[in-house]
Amino acid sequence: MLAVTEASPEGRREIPGTPVFDGEAAQRGLALNAMCYSFNSAENRAAFTADEEAYMAKFGLSQEQREAVRQRDVLGMIAAGGNVYYLAKLGGILGLNVQDLGALQTGMPLEDFKAALLAHGTTERSVAA
Amino acid sequence: MSQVIGGIFTSHVPGIGAAIAKGLQQEPYWKPFFDGFGPVHEFLEREKPDVAVVFYNDHGLNFFLDKMPTFAIGAAPEYRHEDEGWGISGFKPFAGHPALSWHIIEQVVKDEFDPVTCQAMKVDHGVAVPFELCWPDTDAWPVKLVPICINTVQHPLPSPKRCYALGRSVGRALESWQSDEKIVVLGTGGMSHQLDGQRAGYINPEYDRFCLESIVSDPEAMTRHSTLDIVELAGSQGVEIINWIAARGALRGTVRELAHNYHVPISNTAAATVLVENREPVAA
Repeated sequence: MLAVTEASPEGRREIPGTPVFDGEAAQRGLALNAMCYSFNSAENRAAFTADEEAYMAKFGLSQEQREAVRQRDVLGMIAAGGNVYYLAKLGGILGLNVQDLGALQTGMPLEDFKAALLAHGTTERSVAA
Repeated sequence: MSQVIGGIFTSHVPGIGAAIAKGLQQEPYWKPFFDGFGPVHEFLEREKPDVAVVFYNDHGLNFFLDKMPTFAIGAAPEYRHEDEGWGISGFKPFAGHPALSWHIIEQVVKDEFDPVTCQAMKVDHGVAVPFELCWPDTDAWPVKLVPICINTVQHPLPSPKRCYALGRSVGRALESWQSDEKIVVLGTGGMSHQLDGQRAGYINPEYDRFCLESIVSDPEAMTRHSTLDIVELAGSQGVEIINWIAARGALRGTVRELAHNYHVPISNTAAATVLVENREPVAA
């Protein structure tokens, strides 16, 4: 499908089920995303694992962000301004890959989430003579 | 004069890097994707490019939200891949090409773009995975790298039209580069995929097929969508296709498709590889 939704009269574009990480989200999510960005360092990952609460406090996460992290609530983290590229680094610590994150966000069992992707299964190949 | 030999467009899913590290290329899940690289390997073996100019996006290795450039051009003597936080690391270092980087920077600024210039820059899987796919089993990468990073993280993203125009400007720079070096252009990321929100797992083969056709024969058709249109059509990370649009802009000669491979799914992604050659237009 190549049709797209229209912006509202106020100019706001809502794409169903699709967070758009804009300036408003980037401001709201800065502390959470900064914490996740720090997880590029193995030392920081270990520090988070050793004491999650202290680590979240060090980065000044909001109460909403801390609660979403405590609950492993991915949609909650995104609602609190998290960006999935940074959240994926937290996911790595928690043993959650992007398919696990997808299952958690859609509410589908992991196997169903994977099956839905496989239902698109196709390989289309062309090589010029 | 340098020669822009062609373009390679490919997905850069991190899981591909993990599959390579584990040697899973011939496993049934992965084989249909990796097999798409046969024509790419033959092309690179035949043409032996000296330089790869790579349009990609950073996913939070080099750039964070404290300083988020819309366009960033690497001008470093060397680039490294480092720990991205969740597993893959240890890709070989990349030799840079500062003289060509600065030549490109001069041209694009003259053309009224305003890039961030980086004499130190880490490159993530958006560069490393495509390099590993193009040049597997090598002790050192056989090409020098000029990385051009496009913001696909924080909206507003640059428009597809602007990305295409940036690519055209880079293409002008490559054509005027006084060297006998052969240059290949890469555009990485895509195709349709979405990692976040209730629509996570979204795939749109119809839009992907539109892109597979347009990227070869009518790239400007892809610029008629806004970035938010593409977010809707391709998913919130499928918008990485703007890297392809920029890369295609840099191919200003006669472009012909040599091969393409579209395979769904790799992880949450519709994966694809497109190989095109670029030849100077022949006067009739």
